[in-house]
Amino acid sequence: MAKKLMKGNEAIGEAAICAGATNYFAYPITPQSEVAEYLSRRLPEVGGVFVQAESEVAVGYMLFGAASTGKRVFTTSSSPGISLMQEALSYMAGAHLPVVLVNIMRGGPGLGGILPAQSDYFQATKGGGHGDYHIIVLAPSSVQEAVDLMILAFDLADKYRTPVMLIGDGMIGQMMESVEFPEQYQTPPSPKEWALTGAVGRKPVVIKSLFLDPIALEKNSLELAKKYEIIKADEVRYELYKVNDKNKLLIFAYGTMARICQTAIDELEEEGIGVGLFRPISLFPFPQKEIYREVIKPNIKALLTVEMSVGQMIEDIERCIVGQKPLGFYGRTGGIVPSPDEVKAAVKKQLGLGK
Amino acid sequence: MAQDVDIILSRPKALSDNITHYCPGCTHGIIHRLVAETIDELGIRERTAGVAPVGCSVLAYNYFNVDFMEAAHGRAPAMATGFKRLRPDMIVFTYQGDGDLASIGMGEIIHAANRGEKFTVIFVNNAIYGMTGGQMAPTTLPGQKTTTSPLGRDVTTAGYPIRMAELLSSLRTPAYIARAAVHDPMYIIDAKRKIKRAFSYQIANKCFSLVEVLSTCPTNWGLSPTVSLEWLEKNMRPYYPLGTFKTPEDEVEKK
Ligand SMILES: Cc1ncc(C[n+]2csc(CCOP(=O)(O)OP(=O)(O)O)c2C)c(N)n1
Ligand code: SF4
Repeated sequence: MAKKLMKGNEAIGEAAICAGATNYFAYPITPQSEVAEYLSRRLPEVGGVFVQAESEVAVGYMLFGAASTGKRVFTTSSSPGISLMQEALSYMAGAHLPVVLVNIMRGGPGLGGILPAQSDYFQATKGGGHGDYHIIVLAPSSVQEAVDLMILAFDLADKYRTPVMLIGDGMIGQMMESVEFPEQYQTPPSPKEWALTGAVGRKPVVIKSLFLDPIALEKNSLELAKKYEIIKADEVRYELYKVNDKNKLLIFAYGTMARICQTAIDELEEEGIGVGLFRPISLFPFPQKEIYREVIKPNIKALLTVEMSVGQMIEDIERCIVGQKPLGFYGRTGGIVPSPDEVKAAVKKQLGLGK
Repeated sequence: MAQDVDIILSRPKALSDNITHYCPGCTHGIIHRLVAETIDELGIRERTAGVAPVGCSVLAYNYFNVDFMEAAHGRAPAMATGFKRLRPDMIVFTYQGDGDLASIGMGEIIHAANRGEKFTVIFVNNAIYGMTGGQMAPTTLPGQKTTTSPLGRDVTTAGYPIRMAELLSSLRTPAYIARAAVHDPMYIIDAKRKIKRAFSYQIANKCFSLVEVLSTCPTNWGLSPTVSLEWLEKNMRPYYPLGTFKTPEDEVEKK
């Protein structure tokens, strides 16, 4: 397929169709209502299903019911809406259901604002619902990557029978960029004997997260834990930018924040200050070993985490670097995006290069 | 005739062999049987999926011989919507209590009914929260004592009990909405007829269908099973009139 100029929100919808996911449930919320507007036109053309639900609470459970058929299903929303889906996420994780959610994050807490933010990192990666569970979390930094990760999200959801969330800030949704969709996408085979298809010639199938017997509940939680261990071993994704053996500082940033950091790094390079970027793409599983490996390199003197929040991913970075090198933080929040100049100043401060 | 006796005495195929956990004299069991008989008679067991609620019937999936999912409290209609939209060829029913459907799940049931989702709801109204130990429900009668209304339901602060069948039948979208009771064989036969009619509308892909069934909770009412049946007749029946409140045919006539 030739390259197409598309807005992030629409490209995300088209990517789902490309992945054979034509079943979509949603409730409008800025800054991603365009996904529903786009899909309400597009899905009927491909024989898909779109239900505009009465609330995000209902969306969560429509996904549960729809995923129980074994077909690919998804939703898109933004922070307050995603909060309302946390109960269902816990139920779907507990019931081992594959489902894809997109959170185009806006500033919070509460009703917050409608401008881009990265302040739902804790909620996404630490489990916003109750119980011992995780979901896979992927963070694109461009519209093309949003498309690629959206398709990957469906494959991972099926492979591990788990909810997968794509998180982007409002910029990913609103940005127009040229994108390419894979021409010959093939759904990987995933037998779905767990789906409800009618008890024909077999015992009834039950999809549930209720285990009143503590032994059975522990067993389910241990099965989930085992699944997360495999995911941690096999599904870590990240990207390095200008990382070499001369840089004195390493920046950690994800999503569009990482792109702004790249601009800052390019400009610092011209000033003769060598800085590298470590961009986690999978936020769960977090690239723990890979970060440690980069951090202990002898040329690295200092570290900096940059986020569009008051500091959330930094807690995972701290966990990875176990105090090996001094770690600084720069962040803006509430819809304010740190500029390359602000990032440059933070780098210099962290390197003790004065003002 | 011999065949009828067989049917009456044998276990419906749609019911499993498991022994239910319901309290002695609880009428949840009767309602399960009516649903199972209906599934058998309509020959839909192999293409039926049920949705269990949170409430005393949370383990309903252990008692029916059909595919099942277990919902969160109140969310069964949203789950049924998601499932049925993707599998319109299957027959889907939710089985919900009054706390589940009329309190925490009020939003989901109204909107599923209003969208005209083509599944069937068996709504069990026992005027109390059974599973959690007898707290006040939206359907608890005025003056009725529960563990959270120890002096009786005070309608000045708790409002009047919600009549779900009437409320739902006020929606413009065509539907089949009826209320039945299971405290007496005569009413049980009527309840079965209504449940069967509800499933039949779904099979014909006609409309949303719901049967509210007045049921007993001897344990939390603090009454013996037989006195509970009388209590239902004397107290619930006058407030919750039985009948068919809406059919899709009415809608056609009104046009
Ligand atoms: C979100 C949530 N809130 C509360 C509960 C606790 N809870 C379990 S069952 C129930 C009430 C059920 O009553 P009803 O729907 O009337 O069914 P019955 O037990 O009477 O058949 C409640 C409040 C829960 N499981 N989940
Ligand atoms: S608590 Fe009430 S509703 Fe629940 S099983 Fe016992 S009698 Fe039935």
